[in-house]
Amino acid sequence: MSATATTPVAPRRLVGSIRHGDRALETLCAVSVVIILAMLVIVLGDVVRGGARTLSWEFISASPTHGMTAGGVFPAIFGTVAMTLLMTIAAVPAGVATAIYLTEFASPQSRVARLIRVCVANLAGVPSIVFGLFGLGFFVATVGKVIDTVAFNGQSVYAKPCLIWSALTLAILTLPVVVVATEEAILSVPRELREASLALGATQMQTILRVVLPEALGGILTGTILAVSRGAGEVAPILFTGVAYYLPHLPTNMNDQFMNLGYHVYVLATQSPDVDRTKPQLYGTALVLLFLTFLLNLVAITIRSRTRRGSRAGR
Amino acid sequence: MAGQSTMPATLARERPARSLKRRRGLFEQVLETTIRAVALLSIAAILLIFIFVGKEALPLLTSSDVHREVSLWGLFTAHSGGESSFMWQPVSEVPKYSIWPLITGSLKVTLVSLVFAVPLSVGAAIFVSEYASSRVREIAKPAIELLAGVPSVVVGFFALIVLATWVQTAFGTEHRLNALVAGLGLSFAICPIVFSVSEDALRAVPRSYREAALALGSTRAQAVLRVVLPAAAPGIAASIVLGFGRAVGETMIVVIASGNAALLDGNLGHSTRTITATIAQELGEVVIGSAHYDVLFALGTLLFVATFLVNYVGERIVHGMRRKLGIVS
Repeated sequence: MSATATTPVAPRRLVGSIRHGDRALETLCAVSVVIILAMLVIVLGDVVRGGARTLSWEFISASPTHGMTAGGVFPAIFGTVAMTLLMTIAAVPAGVATAIYLTEFASPQSRVARLIRVCVANLAGVPSIVFGLFGLGFFVATVGKVIDTVAFNGQSVYAKPCLIWSALTLAILTLPVVVVATEEAILSVPRELREASLALGATQMQTILRVVLPEALGGILTGTILAVSRGAGEVAPILFTGVAYYLPHLPTNMNDQFMNLGYHVYVLATQSPDVDRTKPQLYGTALVLLFLTFLLNLVAITIRSRTRRGSRAGR
Repeated sequence: MAGQSTMPATLARERPARSLKRRRGLFEQVLETTIRAVALLSIAAILLIFIFVGKEALPLLTSSDVHREVSLWGLFTAHSGGESSFMWQPVSEVPKYSIWPLITGSLKVTLVSLVFAVPLSVGAAIFVSEYASSRVREIAKPAIELLAGVPSVVVGFFALIVLATWVQTAFGTEHRLNALVAGLGLSFAICPIVFSVSEDALRAVPRSYREAALALGSTRAQAVLRVVLPAAAPGIAASIVLGFGRAVGETMIVVIASGNAALLDGNLGHSTRTITATIAQELGEVVIGSAHYDVLFALGTLLFVATFLVNYVGERIVHGMRRKLGIVS
C-alpha cells in the first residue's frame, strides 16, 4: 500500500500530519528565497531612492567641488571606464585563448590542462586585497622599475601607481570569469559542426576561428560582460596600484593616476569629516556605480539563460 | 532497434582528420603556439602572486633590521610587559604586532555571515532545485545570482548607512559599527556563492534517487531530507567551505562596516578589525620596506595561503561527489 502525498485517494486523516511536514519544508525553503530576494531589493531600493535625488546631468558631467560636497563625479566615471576598457583589452583575449586551449587543443588526460584548470579555479578564489598587494609588488615595484631602467634612464615614469597597473591587476583578477564562461560556451558547440567543417577540408584553426568561435559568441560575450562588471566594481585591487581620491585633470596617459567610482564611495564613506553633508554625493556615486555594474550583469545573465535554454532545447 | 543503426556512425566520428594538419600555414602555427603560450598565463599568475606577495614578507625571517621590531614568531606570541599582551598597534612608539586580534576579528565576522547566509542559501537552493516550477526557477536563480553583481563597496556603504542603524536599534550594540553589522553585510556577498554551489550539488543528484524514494512511499519532504540532501551533502559542505573562503577574503564590506578597532574579544557588538581591512587601511600610509610594510605582506601571504587551501578543499569535495554520483567532469 502506498501513502504518497501525490495519491489523490489516500485517506486525509492518515497522511494529514505527513502532509503538514511536507508543506513545512517547502514553505521554509520558499521563505529563504524570498528573504534573499528581499535583501537584493532592499539594497537596490535604498541606493536608487537615495541616489535619485542627487542624480542630475551636472552630477555625471561635472567635477567635484567644495571638498566633495558638491559638483559631480565625471572624472570618476571617466577613470572607471578607462580602467575597465584597458582591463578588458588585456583580459578577454587571454581568457578566450586559455579556453580555446583547454577545449580544442588539450587532450582530456593532459596534465598541463588539468593544472591550468586548477590555477584558474584558484585564481578566482584569491582575495581581491591580495591582488592589490600583488599589483604593488609585481607591476608597480618590479615591472615598472624594469621599464624605467631600460627605457627612461631610471626616471620614475612607470614605477609608480598608475592606470595601466590597476588595469592589468584587474585583468588577472577577471581572467577566470572569461575563461569559465568561454569554456562553457565552446563546449556547448555541437561536435558535428566541427566535424562537418573538418570534413569539408578546413584546418583545425580555420574550424576554430570560423565555426566554433562564432557559434560560441554568446557565451564569450557573457563572460566579457561579467568580467567588465566585476572589474568596474572592484576597489581593493586598485587601492595601491593607481587610484587617487581627487585629481584636477583627467588621465591622458597610461602612467597617470585616475579617479574611480568605487574608490570614491569608499573614501566618502570612511574618511569624510562630515558624513551628513557628503551623504547626497555618496548616494549619487553609489547609484552611478551600481547602474554601470548592475546593468551589465543583468544583460549578461539574460544572455546566458537564453543561450543555455537554446542549447538545451537544441539537444 | 532504432539505436543500433546510429551506432557505427558515432564510432566512425571519434577520430578527427589529423592528416589535414599538414596543410596548416605559418599563420596558423604561430596562432596555435600563441594560444598555447597564453594558456599558461593563469599558472604564471598564481606563481607570481605567491612569489611577489611572499617575497615582501620574507624580511620577517631574514632581516635583522626588521627583527629589532618584530619577527614572524613575534606575530603570534605575547609581547613582554604592558597591560595587554596581544595587541595590534603598528604605529605607536613601541610598535606592537600581534595578529590574534585580526585573526579573531576575521573569524568573528566570517562566522556571523555564515550563520546568516548558509541556512538561507541552502534553503533557497532546496526550493529552486526541488520545489520550484521551471518558470519560477528561471526567474529566482538569476535573481539570486544578481546579488553577486552588486559591488562590494556598495554593499559596504549600505551596511554603513542602513544595516548599522537597524542593528543598533534591534540589539543596542555598544559600537555602531561592529562585527555583527559587517557580518550581515558580508552575507550579501556570500549568499550567491553558497546558493549556486549547493543548487548545482542538489541538481546533480540523479532523478532516480527521488523517484525511488517516492515510489517506496515517502513524502516529498522525506525524499528531500533523507535521500537528496545526504547524497548532495558533500556539495553543500563544499559550498560552505567556498563561502568561508570568500568571506575571509572580502575586503571592502568589512573595511567600511566593521569599525576597525583591533580588539581581542568575542563580543559581536564591539568594533572589529579584520586581516583584509588592516591591509587596505594601513598599506597606503606605510614606508616601503619598513617592518610594518613587511608585516602587512605577511598578512597577505597568510590570506593567500589560507584561501588557497580552503578553495582546494572545496574543489576536491565537489569533484569527489561528482565522481561518486557518476558525473565525472
